[in-house]
Order: sequence, then structure tokens, then C-alpha cells
Amino acid sequence: MADPVQMQSAASPAREAWQMFIRSSVSIAGLSMLGLILLMSLFGPMLYDIDPFATSGAPLSPPFTPDLPLGTDQIGRDILAGIVNGGRTTLAVGAAAALLSLGIGITLGALAGYYGGLVDDVLMRVTEFFQVLPALLFAMVLVTLFTPTLATITIAIGVVSWTGVARLTRGEFLKLRHMEFVTAERAIGADNARIIWRVILPNALPPLIVSAAFAVGAAILFEAGLSYLGLGDPNTMSWGLMIGSSRNYILDAWWPVTFPGVMIFLTVLSVALISDGLNQALNPKLRER
Amino acid sequence: MRLLIPLAIRLAYAAILVVAVIVLNFLLIRLAPGDPVETIAGAMGGMTEELRAELVRAYGLDLSLPQQLLRYLARMLSGDLGYSYFFNLPVSGLILERVPQTVLLVVVAVAVSLLAGTALGVLASRRPNGWFSQSLTVLSVVGYAAPVFWTGIMLIIVFAAWLPLFPVSGMDDIANAGNGWFAYALDVAHHLVLPVATLSIIYVAQYSNLARASMLDVLGADYIRTARAKGLSEGSVYFKHALKNAILPVVTVAGLQFGNLLAGAILVETVFNWPGLGRLAFESILRRDHPTILGILFCSACMVIAANLLTDLVYRAIDPRIRTGSR
Repeated sequence: MADPVQMQSAASPAREAWQMFIRSSVSIAGLSMLGLILLMSLFGPMLYDIDPFATSGAPLSPPFTPDLPLGTDQIGRDILAGIVNGGRTTLAVGAAAALLSLGIGITLGALAGYYGGLVDDVLMRVTEFFQVLPALLFAMVLVTLFTPTLATITIAIGVVSWTGVARLTRGEFLKLRHMEFVTAERAIGADNARIIWRVILPNALPPLIVSAAFAVGAAILFEAGLSYLGLGDPNTMSWGLMIGSSRNYILDAWWPVTFPGVMIFLTVLSVALISDGLNQALNPKLRER
Repeated sequence: MRLLIPLAIRLAYAAILVVAVIVLNFLLIRLAPGDPVETIAGAMGGMTEELRAELVRAYGLDLSLPQQLLRYLARMLSGDLGYSYFFNLPVSGLILERVPQTVLLVVVAVAVSLLAGTALGVLASRRPNGWFSQSLTVLSVVGYAAPVFWTGIMLIIVFAAWLPLFPVSGMDDIANAGNGWFAYALDVAHHLVLPVATLSIIYVAQYSNLARASMLDVLGADYIRTARAKGLSEGSVYFKHALKNAILPVVTVAGLQFGNLLAGAILVETVFNWPGLGRLAFESILRRDHPTILGILFCSACMVIAANLLTDLVYRAIDPRIRTGSR
């Protein structure tokens, strides 16, 4: 095993991992797909300047016509306009919720793994408690009890989805806390906060980075599920909302539900591919050649 | 006795979790804006001061918080989950009506995922780099990335609208009523195909990858070499010796994921109009029927706790190391 302290100072293993990551075809596919989706969400609304809530054609107009490239839904709203505008919500909520769940998970996992004993027992019981609640249902309850705004949705998703990250972080900290470089740091007088955040955490990062990418994918799926159920912000277009609002017309028209679903699928797929590429670059067990 | 003591500890722990869920429910009610009396007043379009005071007393809102919590705990533990704002019926009755349908859907989906996932994983483990194995990996990524409600809708469009092989929604056909239980069972099975397929796609792929990895792990062990050296057939090596150990992580993960599966079932039920807990949850949310929603959260958590207990028992039954009690 390589000396973990080197990772901080020389950063050569990190660079090596980055080069492995950036050269793998899986990561390139994921990164370019996500890049295109981000570009579309950022600049699409300016290039395709149509109100996604306005009636732009006859109800359920079929797709692939010059005027309405992706057709319209049951009240004549332009689906391409919805696709172009809906990505912002999905991506923003997904990213913010993933950050929140990572923040909670890493903090609790680090405290449990570092201090062990009673702290560990209590925090692990709390984690197990949260694992007993079906995440989506718990998020639905939270959003319904407190009014559905983008902020409550983000918080709800973050609050229900941190348990996996907490367990992973705890495991890494349990493994690392008695290693020599940690003991050495303590010997020169570093306090607990420094050891947790500056010494152990950087060395626990590789598996956490992989799970962070996974958390983003999961958060996007959560957001889509909640807005599909009508628990999103009704005044903000999102891909899940589009599928949810057309769900009673699927026997008449396939396009209003298919295109937004393809977008969610491609977004989560690109994140999953990136996470896979990160895993191959960062997991020494997969680095056999 | 060796089996009984850990079981008792597990049961006690499960009971503590149930109480914790009740406390969480109580906190959610208290933290949410608006109180039940105001909600009822709103629904009635105003009320007199006397009625309001009467209701405040009936709901125990004049008591201190710890007293309210104790009352709430006692009520929930006695099976009284409150009254639905919408139906004005006991929540417990509403939920119990829906539980069998959800359990049917979820249990069939778990069984299909476990059986198909393990079988495919074992097949794939024979050639870990072959095309079959690779396509399982691709399938698991695709299954992870597709939103479950959307997969369901796509299956309806293809297999119910374009190719009318399966019913679009519901659990049974009125036309089939009164043809005897066998015709009814067939009808329900017919309605089950698409929802179960929707729920299982993700998990079949996931479990097959897990089963493959774990089979490959086990197949490298010394005792497998011994079994082969004894001249046992490949079938016997795979199924009698390797699978027994390789299936343990699959069972563990399947048990841990029961909550996810239940949550997935909520979305699938709304897509297929399946008359279970998920659809009740969805409808109650649209009606802002908070007691019913919280009752469903409580009931689902209890189901997950029960599933975890069951996983533990299954694990004990199939793991030879635990059974002998040594090590």
C-alpha cells in the first residue's frame, strides 16, 4: 500500500488517478453527455425562446415537425420548450440535495468513525433509524407537511438520503484512525478537528468521491419522482412535472411522457458513467493491468 | 436457546425502532405549520369558540408536550392511527385495506428479483468476461438510471397500448368477477406482470451483478478446489457448494433494500393504478390528508422493520457458520 501521507504532499497518486479517469472511454462518454445537458439547460432557454407553460400549438400535436420538433402535450404546451427549461430545476435541485446529503453523511460518519464508542453507537442507531423509513415516502411526507418549494424539496431529499454516505465514511474512518500517520499527527499536537478534516478525510476521499457521483444521480431521480407525483414547485417547469402532468394521456400520445423521461435517463446515466470512471481510477482493486 | 437470545435482542431492538418512528411522527405533526383544529375549522368554513375549545381538548392540545407525546404513543401502539381528514374514517382501517395488495406486489417483485438475479448471476459467473456477463453490467447501469415511474409508463405504452398483451392498470377486471377463485387469481397474475416487471428490472440487474461477483469470489476458495479435486460434477460444485455461500451477500442486500423497493412500489402503484398503500399515499397527499399520510409512513416503516427481522432469520437459517454457533 502506498504511503497515504504522500497523497497530500506530492499529489502524484491524485494526478495519476485523474489521468486514468480522463482517459477512460466510460468517463469521456459520461462527461460529454453531462456537458451537453448542462449546456442545453444553460443556453437552451435563450436559443429556443418559447414559454414552456404557454399554449404553442394544437393539443397533442405529434413530434418531428419543423414547428414543433417534439410535439405538444394535452394542453398544447411545447415539449421541446419544457425539455430545455426543465433541466435547470432537475440539475440544480439534484446537485444541491446531493451536496446536503453528502454534508450530513460525511459529518456524521466521520464523527462516528473517529470517536467510536458511545458516539459511534448513538450515531449508528440514528442511521439505522433513518434507513427504516422508506426514503421516497419520507421525502413525500416532509414536502407535503411543509409547503413544496424548491428549498423544502432540496432539504427533504438531502435529509432522507445521507445514510449510505454516513456508513461509508464511518467505515473509512474506522480503518484509518489508528494508522501511523494519524498517530504521528496527534503526537505533534494536532487537535481532533484538524485530524478529522485535514488528515483523515483527504485520505478517505477516493471512495467518497465515487459515492458523491452516485448521490447526485440518486438526488436527480428523487427530484424527478417527487415532481412526477405533483410534489414539485408547480410554477417551475421540470422533467418530472412534465411526465406527471401527461400521465393520464399515455394511451393517446407517447411523446409527452417519453422525451422528458429520456432526458432524466440520460442525465442519471451520464452521472453513473462518471461515477464508474471515477471508481476505476480511484479503486486500487480495479486497477489491475 | 442459542437461537432464542439473539432473537429476543433483535425483537427488542425492533420494538425500540417502532417507538422511535412514532416519536418522529409526533414531531412532524408538531413541527408542521397549522394544527388539526385549524384544519378542521378551515374545512368547515369556521366554527364557534365553544366547538374550538372542545376540539382542542379532544385532541389534547391543552396538555404539555411530553403528556401529548405519551398520549400519542399509547394511542398509536394500541393501533389507533387517528382519523382521516378526507374520509372521516379510522386511518388504520384505510391502511389495512390496502396492505395486502402492496405486500402482494412487493413480495412477488422481491421473489422474481432474487430468483432471476441469482440465476443470471450464476450463469454470468461461468464466463465473467463473456458477452452475457457484460450485458448484465450494462443492464444494471440502465436499470439504475431509468426513473422507475417512467419505465412503468414505457412498458404500458409498448405492452398495453401498442401490443395489447397486458392490462393498462388496476388489479383485476370486473368482467372476470364471479368466475371462481382460479380465474380471479389468473386475472390478478395477468395484471401483476407489468408492475412487477417495472419494479424488478432494477433489482434483477443489481442482484445478478452481486451474485456474479460473490460467486467469483467463492469459486476461488480452497474448498471449491477440494470439491473439484474430489471429482464432483460442475453442477454440484456450482449449486451445492458455491451458491450456498455466494447467496449470502445477495440476501443481505435484498433485505437492506426492502425500504427502497417499498418506495419504488409507491411510484409503480401510481403508474398502474394498483390499489395499494402507494396509491393511497399519493391520493392522501393530493388531499392534504395528513393523518393518513403519517399513518402510511408509520405502517411502511413497520413493514421495513419486519422485513429486516425476517432477513436476519433467513440469514441465520442459511449461513452455516451462524447455525453451528462456533466462531
